[in-house]
Amino acid sequence: MDLFSDPAIWLPWTFAALMGLSILMYVILDGFDLGVGLLVPLAEDEDKDLLVASIGPFWDANETWLVLAIGLLLVAFPTAHGIILSALYLPVFVMLVGLILRGVSFEFRAKAPASQKPRWNVAFFVGSLMASMSQGFMLGMYVMGLTWTLPHVAFALLTAVFLTVGYSFIGAAWLIAKTSGELQKRAVGWAKRGIWGLILGIAAISMATPYVSARIYEKWFSMPEMLYLSPLPLLSAAMVLYLLWQIKRLPQDNDRSAWGPFMAAMALFVLAFGGMAYSFYPYVVPEQITIYEAASAPESLLIILIGTLFVLPAILGYTILSYSIFRGKATELRYD
Amino acid sequence: MEYPVDTLLLSRIQFGANISFHILFPTITIALGWVLLFFKLRYNATRESKWMDAYMFWVKIFALSFAMGVVSGITMSFQFGTNWPGFMETVGNVAGPLLAYEVMTAFFLEAVFLGIMLFGASRVKPWVHTLATFLVAFGTTMSTFWIIVLNSWMHTPQGFELRDGVVFATNWWEIVFNPSMPYRLVHMLLASGLTVAFLIAGVSALRLLWGDRAESAKSTLRFGIIVAAGLIPLQILAGDFHGLNTLEHQPAKVAAMEGNWETGPNIPLVLFAIPDEEARENKYEIGVPNGASIILKHKPSGVVPGLNDFVAEDGTKLHPRVAPVFFSFRIMVATGMAMLVLSWTGLFLLRRYGAGEMPRLPLYAFAAMSLSGWLATLAGWYTTEIGRQPWLVQGVLATKDAVSDVSAGMVLSTLIGYLVIYAALIFAYIGVILYLARKAARGEALPSRGYKHSGEAEVAVMQPGE
Repeated sequence: MDLFSDPAIWLPWTFAALMGLSILMYVILDGFDLGVGLLVPLAEDEDKDLLVASIGPFWDANETWLVLAIGLLLVAFPTAHGIILSALYLPVFVMLVGLILRGVSFEFRAKAPASQKPRWNVAFFVGSLMASMSQGFMLGMYVMGLTWTLPHVAFALLTAVFLTVGYSFIGAAWLIAKTSGELQKRAVGWAKRGIWGLILGIAAISMATPYVSARIYEKWFSMPEMLYLSPLPLLSAAMVLYLLWQIKRLPQDNDRSAWGPFMAAMALFVLAFGGMAYSFYPYVVPEQITIYEAASAPESLLIILIGTLFVLPAILGYTILSYSIFRGKATELRYD
Repeated sequence: MEYPVDTLLLSRIQFGANISFHILFPTITIALGWVLLFFKLRYNATRESKWMDAYMFWVKIFALSFAMGVVSGITMSFQFGTNWPGFMETVGNVAGPLLAYEVMTAFFLEAVFLGIMLFGASRVKPWVHTLATFLVAFGTTMSTFWIIVLNSWMHTPQGFELRDGVVFATNWWEIVFNPSMPYRLVHMLLASGLTVAFLIAGVSALRLLWGDRAESAKSTLRFGIIVAAGLIPLQILAGDFHGLNTLEHQPAKVAAMEGNWETGPNIPLVLFAIPDEEARENKYEIGVPNGASIILKHKPSGVVPGLNDFVAEDGTKLHPRVAPVFFSFRIMVATGMAMLVLSWTGLFLLRRYGAGEMPRLPLYAFAAMSLSGWLATLAGWYTTEIGRQPWLVQGVLATKDAVSDVSAGMVLSTLIGYLVIYAALIFAYIGVILYLARKAARGEALPSRGYKHSGEAEVAVMQPGE
């Protein structure tokens, strides 16, 4: 079957890829700013503003990738959208409350009377924690096939903790790159501890996924697929080893390798995500509905795709512009 | 599906609560973005620091409103799936692309350039900062456009065909330019302009009442009053056209708005009444003879639709609940009238006394009307959205067919959670605006750093107010 001859085949595939891309963008980008939110209570009071300032110009656009991901799920796979979100009703609620609390805290903590700032710092942390935990929980539930049984919920709680620690790791890696001096040293310390959550999280998902589904087990542990896929775990292992080695040596003179941990963490997220995508393809609701069954009408998808081809490069362009405008070490944010 | 009715009602309340909370903030940011651009351009042109001060004061409120709008908007996008899965399953082929275009053409634009607008002034060239301000305003308006297109299409759907109960798009031009879209878009944009004009006038009036002598407060008071006075007649006109459009496409809604039960000529304009849906009549009615016929048909003998036309033979009501539509419509109109009177009085006083010497009484009135735009917008929103019931998409999808089968208890507990958070946030939001105004009035707001071009205005800002 030629993948690109039938729009009913290649359009769902393309949209699954686009959705995957925006989920990945979200996990990396909002991952690091959620992570910074999680680290706020660990920072000294005088450093808290700098932590928030390091993500201030970015968090909003980072979060938009989530809206795009959910939007694509909704437009491209409407039936799956309903099934997944109804099954995850409660964690979605927790995440939304978390995102609300955290999003408004950015603004309130800077504008409310100084005496209320500690309160908004707490809201910022709690919001970040709620969002991270619930996303981890949803990931765990998704891997387990969206069924609410006790072992599945227990597993999801585990992934909730791992993802949260993983986010704080990438947040710490971001801070290593964006700060200097004492704060940077502390960030290295946070990263040293956080990396274990990341490793355990990836390991847990990697082992649980094939365990839950014989189909996924087949996909991974049969020849020659195992051979083709071997770069995924091998590269991941290499990244982990690099991180363990690099974090010990940071910070270095002239701030060398300060971006190393962040880049490696991004690579790890990409690899883990690639593995998941391979496992679940072609399903959008695990083991129930494939992307081809759930897809919207080709003519609607085509309408979106045409726009996407024009708009996505523009989005990437001005996202890069924004990161380059705010490159360098984080400084106090001022409205002038 | 143990308590489907309760889930439906609770889901409606939850969605209503979420969208009511959400709409407050776009209503402010849509127009405030352009106002900020205006302040910035005035500053670029005149180099008077009062315009930069105005920008600096209002950009904080913009940022706060924007954050509130973003986070509550994300909630909305998830609610389609959690509470109304039938919506996307039935009309996803139309709603999906519209929402996707909103995210792609508007959300990212706003979000990225907001960062530059808020924090980038010292990092980019001044014209880039002005451009960022423009792009944020433009993005916000684009976002409004797409959302209004979708919302209007739900009221006046066209350009599609039904196959096996699922909507398929046949003509995107007809979908986007559906019959009620232009009216709704203009009505919403003007509502935002009025909301912001009254907010700016009200907060500036408060600052003056608190002894603020800053030039920026006087200028923004003048700005708010002039914009309000200019927009309100346009809004009344736009509202009238919108009403006529609704009469054509959703007569049941207009019948409920008018509180008219029987179709016929010489229908009075009901000023006040208590509609009784069981008895199918109005109690305590006070009306202007032939008023509704004249407004809707432009002649006393004009035939106006009545609610009794929208009852199926088995007694099922095909019209919305009358009382909420009837009363929210009156609240909207009454608020609009108060806006007309106050803004034109303000205009007169402005000519007579100037912004700095405005008597205290009208200043109090403007301060009291600071949030009148919210009231009118919410009331208008309820009129049109409750007025669409029992349909979610007029004639295509009934609200009850779209609701999710999650348990009523789940919807109720999350509803309570949302309400608590929303109440706390509204409280904090208004508190912060008042705090910022008080801080400015006390002269504690720092003069805009990095924009020290005009020395004397700077001094004026620094003077302690009281």
